[in-house]
Amino acid sequence: MSDDSDVYVALLSTFALCSVIAVGGATSAVPEMHRQVVDVHHWIGDRTFSELFAIAQTAPGPNVVFVTLLGHNIAGIPGALVAMFAMCAPSSAIAYCAARVVDRFRHARWRIVLQAGLVPVTIGLIAASALIVARAADRGAATFLITAASFALCYWTRVTPLVALGLAALLGLTGVV
Amino acid sequence: MPAPEASVSSPAPSGDPPVPPRQHVPTRLELFLGFAKIAVCGFGGVLAWSRRIIVQERGWLTPEEFNEQLALCQVLPGGNILNFSVMFGCRCAGVLGSLAALFGLIGPPMVLMIVAGVLYRHYGELPMLRGVFASLAAAAAGLLIATSLQMIVATVKDRLRPGHLVAAVTFVAAGVLRLPLLWVMAALIPVSVGLAWWERR
Repeated sequence: MSDDSDVYVALLSTFALCSVIAVGGATSAVPEMHRQVVDVHHWIGDRTFSELFAIAQTAPGPNVVFVTLLGHNIAGIPGALVAMFAMCAPSSAIAYCAARVVDRFRHARWRIVLQAGLVPVTIGLIAASALIVARAADRGAATFLITAASFALCYWTRVTPLVALGLAALLGLTGVV
Repeated sequence: MPAPEASVSSPAPSGDPPVPPRQHVPTRLELFLGFAKIAVCGFGGVLAWSRRIIVQERGWLTPEEFNEQLALCQVLPGGNILNFSVMFGCRCAGVLGSLAALFGLIGPPMVLMIVAGVLYRHYGELPMLRGVFASLAAAAAGLLIATSLQMIVATVKDRLRPGHLVAAVTFVAAGVLRLPLLWVMAALIPVSVGLAWWERR
């Protein structure tokens, strides 16, 4: 029982931290999520992390629901709820307080400067997330080629990313990977 | 993907802003259902769908109001649309409005994710499905690389700026050195915001 509650406490603190450092969106916190759940706590492996991330990409809704899947894989349905609560509550509380005071600062200079300052950090974090997920998904030449093809499709065409994910899943069924 | 919205830097209005035409203020149930629809329709990014439903379909906000509220969400931690749902819900119906909008947005995808998680746990190791998940993971990585490159390219149209150095340092610290993100952010955000202020002096 104490082991169980240890996991929940660790999930709570891990994702509460991720909640407040996720500038620009949940994907910015992927490096920290990976560091905590794979490297620090050893709850899941690299391979599982990358596959859960991929499953979350196929689902509709905000990116943050990846945390539900992580929490579920680590500690079942209670884990999913605890992780998601920890990920949403702090940032939502901040947003709620901001909604009550921020009306007067709509066009304020500080907001424009703050946003301009956060964009480079967000870009660096998304790029770091991409590197971490790509490394975790790398299982040799076949997966490397799929990553490259998916990149090309998503970058140079305007098709929905679901096409890339769907084609990859079909390819996986044929057994080439 | 959280591609940064074009920044909303319209000039400050002189005097009092004009009173917007009275629009329909959604009830808690309408908030829940509206954001649930955004969540369920929002494949590959919920931003486009939230604009479509909130501005065009339901007429809850004008395009300008939508951009203004979204701009505030982008300087707060957490998902932009998540923050948007909390702020918009609060303004329409107080704390219960926030909760209604938030649970509309995350509730349906959470149910879906738990079902997917159960299936993955039961069948994820089947030899037949090993290749599917490995391929899917590789494709998702390619998608994320494309997203990040699009974000980078969008900022390098003109000359290099100090922000590019900040992005590069963030990438190395978080992606290559794998430093704890809290320290990275505590060190880099003040520097980055300071540089942004200095550029706009």
